[in-house]
This record gives sequence, C-alpha cells and structure tokens, in this order.
Amino acid sequence: MSTPVLRVEGLHRAYGRGPTRFEALKGVDVEVRAGESLAIVGKSGSGKSTLMHLLALLDRPTSGSVELNGLPADRLRGRELNRVRNQTFGFVFQQFFLTPSATVLENVILPLKIAGVGRGERKRRGMAVLEQLGLADKAKNKAIDLSGGQKQRVVIARALVNDPQVIFADEPTGNLDTTTGAAVEDLLFGLNRERGITLVVVTHDEELASRCDRRITVRDGRIEASATAPTAAATAAAPGEPGRPTEGVAA
Amino acid sequence: MTPADVVGSAVANTFRSKTRTILTVLAIFIGAFTLTITTGLGTGINRYIDQTVAEIGAEDVMTVAHQAEETTDDGPREYDPDAVTASGLGADGPGGGGTIDPITDDDLVTIAAIDGVESVEPLKQVSVDYIQHDDGTRYEVSVGSFIPGMELVLASGEQPDPDAAAAQVAIPVDFVEPLGFDSQADALGSEVAFGVADATGVEHVVTVEVVGVSEAGLIGTGNSVSPNTALTDELYAAQATGAIGQTDLYGSAVVTFDPELGETATQALKDDLDEAGFTATTVEDQIGAFQSVIDGIVLVLNAFAVIALLAAGFGIVNTLLMSVQERTREIGLMKAMGMGSGRVFGLFSTEATFIGFLGSAVGVVLGMVAGTAVGDALATTMFADLPGLTLIAFDPTSVASIIVLVMAIAFLAGTIPAGRAARQDPIESLRYE
Ligand SMILES: Nc1ncnc2c1ncn2[C@@H]1O[C@H](COP(=O)(O)OP(=O)(O)OP(=O)(O)O)[C@@H](O)[C@H]1O
Ligand SMILES: [Mg+2]
Repeated sequence: MSTPVLRVEGLHRAYGRGPTRFEALKGVDVEVRAGESLAIVGKSGSGKSTLMHLLALLDRPTSGSVELNGLPADRLRGRELNRVRNQTFGFVFQQFFLTPSATVLENVILPLKIAGVGRGERKRRGMAVLEQLGLADKAKNKAIDLSGGQKQRVVIARALVNDPQVIFADEPTGNLDTTTGAAVEDLLFGLNRERGITLVVVTHDEELASRCDRRITVRDGRIEASATAPTAAATAAAPGEPGRPTEGVAA
Repeated sequence: MTPADVVGSAVANTFRSKTRTILTVLAIFIGAFTLTITTGLGTGINRYIDQTVAEIGAEDVMTVAHQAEETTDDGPREYDPDAVTASGLGADGPGGGGTIDPITDDDLVTIAAIDGVESVEPLKQVSVDYIQHDDGTRYEVSVGSFIPGMELVLASGEQPDPDAAAAQVAIPVDFVEPLGFDSQADALGSEVAFGVADATGVEHVVTVEVVGVSEAGLIGTGNSVSPNTALTDELYAAQATGAIGQTDLYGSAVVTFDPELGETATQALKDDLDEAGFTATTVEDQIGAFQSVIDGIVLVLNAFAVIALLAAGFGIVNTLLMSVQERTREIGLMKAMGMGSGRVFGLFSTEATFIGFLGSAVGVVLGMVAGTAVGDALATTMFADLPGLTLIAFDPTSVASIIVLVMAIAFLAGTIPAGRAARQDPIESLRYE
C-alpha cells in the first residue's frame, strides 16, 4: 500500500477564545489515498469546510497532525508551503471567486502567473485547458459575462491548469441547476478516472456523494461514518486494507 | 509571480476602478504641479543669478579694501584729505558708499605678499562728466569698473576686449537711441566721446569705439558703460592729470586667487586679509545674499507643495484600503493558490507607486507647460527690462527628483494598505462576504 496523499490524525480546530471559543473539529482522523474520490458530507455547520481547508493546508490545526505524502505538513513554511498550494493542489469553490473584469483566460492562468511561468507558456497551457473544457471560444470574454455553469467550468479549468495532484472542491455544484451540475460532476469524475487526479469533494448533494469511491460524514466536528461505495471499493482500497475507516470518536 | 508580472498586474488593477483612481491621481497631480512650478521658480531665478555672477566678474577674484573704521563710539570722524569713496564691483553693486582709507602702493605690496594671492591689481575708479555721440546731447553716465573675467549680457556686438591695445566700450541698451543711433547695429563700430574733468578742472575728451551694447542686469553693469582695460587707463590718466595727492591711491584692489582650492582656502585667504586690515568680498559673497533670500522663499513655497502631496498621500491610503477591502476574496484566492505575502505586499505597494507616478508625471508635464508659458509671458511684460530672466525654468534633475519624491511618498502611503493585504489570512478572506 502506497502512502496516502494526505493523512490527518487527532485533528482539532477551535475558533475564538474564552467564552466564545468554539471547537469546529473535535478529533478527526482521515486518510486520502492517491487517485480516489472522497466525499465529505454532513449537515451545515458540522465542520466540512473547516476539515477541507486543513487538508488543503490553507489552515493550521489547533492540535493534531497533517501529513502530505507521508511528510508532516507543519514542517512546510513560507515558500515551500506556497509551492504545494500552487502546484500540488487545485481548488474549486462554491462561490466562483473569479475576477469579474478580467478575461476568462486571465482568470484561468492566475495560478501559472503566481508560479512565475512565462507569458507564452501561460497562454499555451491556459488555452489547452480551456479547449479541454470546451471553453476555448470564451477565452477572451470577461468572466462576468458567462453563465453559472460556464463560470464553474472556468473555475475547474483554473484548478486544473497547474496539473495538480489533488483537487479540492467545496460544493462544486451547489450553485448550479441539476443538468449543469451533472455536467460539472461528469467533468470532475472524468479527470479523476482518466488523469488519476485525487478528488476531495465537500457536498450536501446525496447524488454527488454516491458517485464518489468513498464518503465520510461529519457531525458536530467528528467523523460519524465512513462508507465505501460498493462499485468503487476495489479500485480505491488495496486488497487486505479495509480502507482504514476513520471511525468517529465516541462522544 | 515574476517582478514584471507584479508590475503588470498592479498597473492593470489601477485602472479597474477608474473614477477612484482618477480622483486620487488628481490629488497627487495638484501637489506635483505646484511643486514643479515652485521648483521651477527657484531654478529660473537662481539660473538668472548665476548668469549675473558671470556678468559681474569671474569667480577667481575678490575686491579688497581697507576696513571701515569703527564710527560708533569715537565721535566725529576727522577729515582725511586722502580718503576715497569705496565701491564694490560694478557701479550699481551693493555694498558701496562710505569713506575708507585708500589702498596705496604699499598696501598692494602687503596684499601681494599674503599667501594665496596670485596677483593684485588696483581697481581704477573713473568718473566721467558726460557721454556724447557726434556733437549730440550729452548724457551723464557712470563708468563700470573693469574686472578681468567679467562677462556682460550683450544685446548685440562683442565683449570689450581686456587685452586690446585700443580703447573699447560697451554702452547700455538704454543709451542707444538717446545718443542718436538709429539702431544697435548703427551704434556698433561708431565712436562716442567721454568728457573727463581733471584735478585742475580742465576738461579732457576721450573718444572710443563702441564694440558692444549691454543689457540691463539685476546687479552689475546696469546703466553704466563698460570699458576695457585700455579705456580705463586712458580715462584714469585724463582724470589724474595735474593731481597732487591721490594719483596712486585707489578705493579698492582686485585680488586674483585660485577658487579650485576650495571654500576653506578661500576663507583662510579672507581671514589673512582681515588680519592685515582689509575686507575682501568675493562675487559669491555679494550674490550669496540674494540667493539665500530666493532659496528661502522657494523653500517655503516648496513646503506648501509638499504639504499638498502629503494630503494626497492620505488619498492613496484611502483609495487602496478600499481596494484591499473590495478585493479581500481575490487576495484570499491568490494566497490559497500559493502567492506569498511578500508578493501581495509588492502588488499593492506597486499599485500605490504607480498611482504616484501617474499623478506626478501628469503634474510635472503640465507644470512645465504652464510654467514655461507663464515665464515667457512675464519675460516679455513684467520683466521686459530684465532680459535673460526666465522666471520659471526647469532642469532635468529637479524634475526627475520631483517624480521620484512623489513616487516615494506614494509608496510609503501604499505600505499601510499593502501591509493589511499581505497579512490577510486566506481562509478568512475566502469566507468574507
Ligand atoms: N472563523 C471562524 N470563527 C468562528 N467560528 C467559525 C469560523 N469558521 C467556521 N466557524 C464555525 O465552525 C463551524 C464549522 O464551519 P464550516 O464552515 O466548516 O461548516 P460546514 O460544514 O462547511 O457548513 P456548510 O455546509 O454550511 O458550508 C460552524 O459552526 C462555523 O460557525
Ligand atoms: Mg462549507
């Protein structure tokens, strides 16, 4: 069994101080394996986004450990951390976070620009990704002029442009109608299958969660249940490894 | 992000909120414009003064005279038949008047022996009764003292040649028509006559060729004629005819020294002369007073302009704080995508600097256009009789330093919002509504 891409153990995350202190995560263990698709589900306010941000190294836990490819993530500082965020991860947020006045292409190549990739190379890779998502003809349009589904595809293009190892998606279809949502899902799972990109999806959507290889349910800051989708179980977990179900800690 | 991308993005961001940017740029523009004009004023006037310095005399001479006696507490001054009227450089020069002991040949020897004195020449003071051309009207006129290295501001013709054997003179432009010349060109090459009364009251007439027509100046030649050495000697000889006492007595002497040796050497020379009982005045001393007044005024004006710029700096702080606020989520996103805090800081401070650059570039360009127009207009109206005076002038260094100064102020103002943007936490920013 290869080392998991991400592994968190005994993860706590508290917000605030004193009487207003609130523990959003109360001891969470999760493993994300290379190439799998993992759904994080749970009620609103249960701590799904908090968990995803910790997995994506955007936030630091109050206590507990986060390992990236077997190495402790709290060793990463400054430049290295930024490199990981930039090259290893891709993000798809519920709100699109596109710069409205900039063109579609400019939005898509933002991670490349941050990475310091040259102008020509940026354009080439940006256009290639847009081509792939069927948005090449919109490259020069302002981001604000696109429909919701198109915007979400631009966001996916932006997440993909750096060829990441893991894509984190926080409610990627929450803003879309059923048909468009399904198209975006197909796109994400296609990338997962064909390019082996690991998917971590936070969702309320039962249908989307059921398409993932595995799901974990968060309730009040703890993992309640971990289930492996029957069809995907074989590919997701190596034989003899029960997928290290991250059981909820007893309350 | 590469530095080029940071600059490119910052410039693009500047134009995202056009109205706000334009208003901020306008505030900076006003400050930069004012600063350009006030600095231009300083440059223009000082340039004119420098030009005047060249006119009055070279930098390597100082006028030396006996120190005026203390008159405050020793009662009425005793009559001294040998006392002469002292005068500074040039007939209209400041610091003239008052009777002092004359410079004698012995004094000249004493002065020549002082360390640092390269040569010493008595300053021959001549006064003529009138100037006349072709039996026309006679006019009163004063004769300027000729100092080697002196350069006149000429309206036409040439500088009187100090080494020429023949007597030469330059007359002030105001004398051209009254003397009966049709034009300046007509005057050049013509002869004028000076009437000189000698010690016994006998009238001598000295004729001389006009080689130049001089402009009026701020100080210096003014309305006196400028002779060359030959003419001075000739007039002096005529004036001294029959004199008994004063022949070898002069009001002052001109000492040549080496200005290359620096301020301290010059000061040491002055001190030595002072000890020997003489006062020495360099051209700089005379001009220095003017220049320090002008510099003081310009400094105050510049201070006002800088205050305007500081106010504009707060405009930049305000604009960019708003911009940081508006772009909170964008900043969060860029940080989530691995942009370092330093780059975020760079992005916003570059944006501030660019706004400063826009305001100052526009301000400086329009300031130069307006300043030049006003300067030219004044030169032909208010200052028509001070030719060569361009009230507002510009030199590349001061113009460039205005732009750099404004950009520096803008950068400093930008550090406040840029610091705030750099400190933003990616998660908080992404949660921001
Ligand atoms: N910065 C913060 N300060 C204080 N409390 C916070 C902060 N961020 C999150 N929380 C709290 O932590 C809990 C978990 O928040 P989180 O955003 O992870 O929920 P979620 O499961 O993603 O919910 P949703 O499905 O509505 O997005 C919530 O109760 C929230 O109020
Ligand atoms: Mg959430």
